Amino acid sequence: MSFFIDGNTGKWEVVLGLEVHAQIKSNSKLFSTASTEWGGDPNTQVELVDCGMPGALPVINEFCVNQAILTGLSINAQINEKSIFDRKNYFYPDLPQGYQISQFEYPIVGNGFLMIETESGEKRIGITRLHLEQDAGKSIHDQDIKNTLIDLNRSGCALMEIVSEPDLRSPEEAALYVKKLRSILRCIGSCDGNMEKGNLRADVNVSVRKPDSEMGTRCEIKNVNSIKFIQQAIEYEARRQVELIENGKEIIQETRLFDPNKGETRSMRGKEESHDYRYFPDPDLPPLIISKEKIEELRKSLPELPDEKKSRFISEYNLTNYDAQVLTDDQYVSDFFEEVVKNRDPKLVVSWISVELFSFLKKNDIELSESKISPKKIANLLDFIISGKISNRQAKELFEPYLKSNLEAKDFIEKMGVEQVSDEGEIEELINRVLQQNPKMVEDYKNGKDKLFGFFVGQVMKESKGKANPQIVNKILQDKLA
Amino acid sequence: MTDFSTIDITEAKKLLSQKKITATELTEFFIKQIEEKQDLNCFITKTFDTALKMAKRSDEKIQNGSDIGLLEGIPIGMKDLFCTDGVKTTAGSKILENFVPFYESTVSQNLWRNGAIMLGKTNMDEFAMGSANTTSFFGNVLNPIRSDDQKDLVPGGSSGGSASAVASGQCFAATGSDTGGSIRQPASFCGLVGLKPTYGRCSRFGMVAFASSLDQAGPITKTVSDAALMLQSMCSYDEKDSTSSKKLIPNFSDYKKFDLKGKKIGLPKEYIIDGLNEEIKKKFDHCVNVFKDCGAELIDISLPHTNYALPTYYIIAPAEASANLARYDGVRYGLRENSENLDDLYQITRASGFGDEVKRRLIIGTYVLSAGYYDAYYLKALKVRQLISNDFKNAFEKCDLILTPTTPNVAFPIGEKQSDPLEMYLNDVLTVPASLAGLPAISVSAGNNNKNLPIGMQIIGKPFEEISVLAAGSAIESSKEEK
Repeated sequence: MSFFIDGNTGKWEVVLGLEVHAQIKSNSKLFSTASTEWGGDPNTQVELVDCGMPGALPVINEFCVNQAILTGLSINAQINEKSIFDRKNYFYPDLPQGYQISQFEYPIVGNGFLMIETESGEKRIGITRLHLEQDAGKSIHDQDIKNTLIDLNRSGCALMEIVSEPDLRSPEEAALYVKKLRSILRCIGSCDGNMEKGNLRADVNVSVRKPDSEMGTRCEIKNVNSIKFIQQAIEYEARRQVELIENGKEIIQETRLFDPNKGETRSMRGKEESHDYRYFPDPDLPPLIISKEKIEELRKSLPELPDEKKSRFISEYNLTNYDAQVLTDDQYVSDFFEEVVKNRDPKLVVSWISVELFSFLKKNDIELSESKISPKKIANLLDFIISGKISNRQAKELFEPYLKSNLEAKDFIEKMGVEQVSDEGEIEELINRVLQQNPKMVEDYKNGKDKLFGFFVGQVMKESKGKANPQIVNKILQDKLA
Repeated sequence: MTDFSTIDITEAKKLLSQKKITATELTEFFIKQIEEKQDLNCFITKTFDTALKMAKRSDEKIQNGSDIGLLEGIPIGMKDLFCTDGVKTTAGSKILENFVPFYESTVSQNLWRNGAIMLGKTNMDEFAMGSANTTSFFGNVLNPIRSDDQKDLVPGGSSGGSASAVASGQCFAATGSDTGGSIRQPASFCGLVGLKPTYGRCSRFGMVAFASSLDQAGPITKTVSDAALMLQSMCSYDEKDSTSSKKLIPNFSDYKKFDLKGKKIGLPKEYIIDGLNEEIKKKFDHCVNVFKDCGAELIDISLPHTNYALPTYYIIAPAEASANLARYDGVRYGLRENSENLDDLYQITRASGFGDEVKRRLIIGTYVLSAGYYDAYYLKALKVRQLISNDFKNAFEKCDLILTPTTPNVAFPIGEKQSDPLEMYLNDVLTVPASLAGLPAISVSAGNNNKNLPIGMQIIGKPFEEISVLAAGSAIESSKEEK
């Protein structure tokens, strides 16, 4: 399904490229041993180099390099055996050195790609590069009337900037791309993907054009920090550009900001105001050399990636493409599924996780990983269905209160008094009672009124207050009425 | 009080170990010298109390005969470019006028660990940018040596305070830093020994950066023997400096066993330039004969890209400096001028905190890195730097050491060469190439001119072969004594 914007002059295609900034999950910073833990008191996680003291020098954190290599390998990318750190020069109070150490001409990771699952099938999204760089500190403008305060805890934290080709064509594709990238980063553990904390954020490049024509002038929307906002920002920005062009105006290449409250983008700075960053190789850091052996070693250590997992789920559990996709979008979900599915029917487990559990989570607006629901909790409930102690329908009715309770499945079912009666003797007794109470109906049935079978079942269920196992009721009734 | 200004570290060590003198006596002597010679303006900060405490500790160690460092009890000056924990470190600049580090540079740390005693922080050109020690915010330094016409002379720069202090007997030795000649040139102007080791020998951690790919710490001493001891106590592999070398550190005093016989000394034709001061040429010829007498073979070599070294240096060093000095912005430490908004904070603070020469170089550096000029200037300079390195590599296939004068002229009077920066930059023309190539180089005095001003000769060696450089320097040194 193609996405177009309907303008007054016809359809417009949207062309998108994303620069994703992912904070590397690491205990210490890219060039210092200071802690990266989130939420510390301001300026308590700062080494000399993070606050730009005279004579302070950066020393590369090997772990962060490895994380970047792993990420490169998991997006099918070329790992450059030699890369170079550059200084990106600009003045800003939360940039203590007066330059950011980044990689410009020679990034650690070159061309790669990842696949996204669109409604019209798989689509390959090219990745231009991945490079390492330092994060800046934080300027706080709202805590002191006269002054801006600076917190350097984040200064020097390791970021990976992952730049896509302009291969994306709709807000949905952009969302799918970020989700896919996030699931890969989480899977290999190189970034926690937490967009709220700003550990994953995106600069979105948007341009519009008539289908099959030249690329239009692009605008860059900086620092968008949720998937929803990415989509909203693109939609707004693409429409803005179409309107401008259709009104005979030109798109000015510029940097824009997205305002989530108003749902619109606005100009931050134009091209002519853009910085001349005066990149040059950082003389404090020798070129970063990565051996072939190290790359191979890291390749071997890669965990099963989301795409591989999806294929395995399809073949191993006989899942549909859709179910496999839903379950492998998120590392936590797929691990959860695999824990629950052990020795259980995959079909049953899938429907309970992807339908019942997910709708519960959606209703309560939480992620599975944050929900404190354990795989065991789900598995125990399913075991009652499998053993026939409760029916599927009963289980559905119980599901929400059960998830919210602290009780074990056994205790909860007992407390609610919903356990299914599967005892054949007990059910036979009930059936006998119903048949005795309705001799006329029994006769009519035996005379050919087959439809009355349902009546008997209903009566038995009513007698049992809904607890009788319907399959056993059916079986015994059929024998009795034969 | 005994006059200790006539002996060197090597002799003082002997006297200390024989317990004929104490570290405290030495320290008191030098404190007195410093107080008497304030007019030379060698020290920005004096740390006499610390010095006496350190001396006491050294005396105890010597008394107990345990844990005695290589420089135990030896009072020295520390160039004010090295961060010293709890002691003001200014880099000769107003912008760091009141900056007190809470950490110690690796070089100074190594020296203290080896028992050296800090008398104070020596004056220098602002951020090590200068060749006459006239750019210091704390005033210029005078050369203790006067010409026969009694004019005040510059000590050279940027390590001018260190050189003048050693030459005037205010300390046994001092640290320097050399980016394009800042150890060798002042050593030459003050009749001393100045050693710039191979890039990477000494850690740059805690050394206020000027041009990171060139900056290298080294000693300024009275004798070659002292230079070996000082370097030994300064250098180390340091994991805090990614450019510091893991190469094995030899015993530098082994230069005394190094035989120059049969070694090939290269004489680069590009350094014996037209207009080279005739007396310097005479000393150069004298040194050629010294090496001949040692049994060395003198050969003519060519370093064809020498002419491009100075312009290359004056692109690369300012470019790096323009980024290295960006941190002095008034936000976190150092000078902060009152301002109404952010741009003013930067502009007023930096306009007031930096001197003219620093500003000149920051503007040059910013310019050569700018979009549209990067390729023509900075990138080209990097390529030429490689060619200059290759020149040396090729030359060292034919020879073991290279002999050149250190400077094209002797120390000049204060106030000269101040109007035209280019004229000042020419002071570095003979020292800059070895800096660009990261090679070890020493300047040793080869005697005086007819006005009694010292003339330095430079020996450039192969990477990490400081020992042969010291040995050649020693040969020149002894020839002077014999004379």
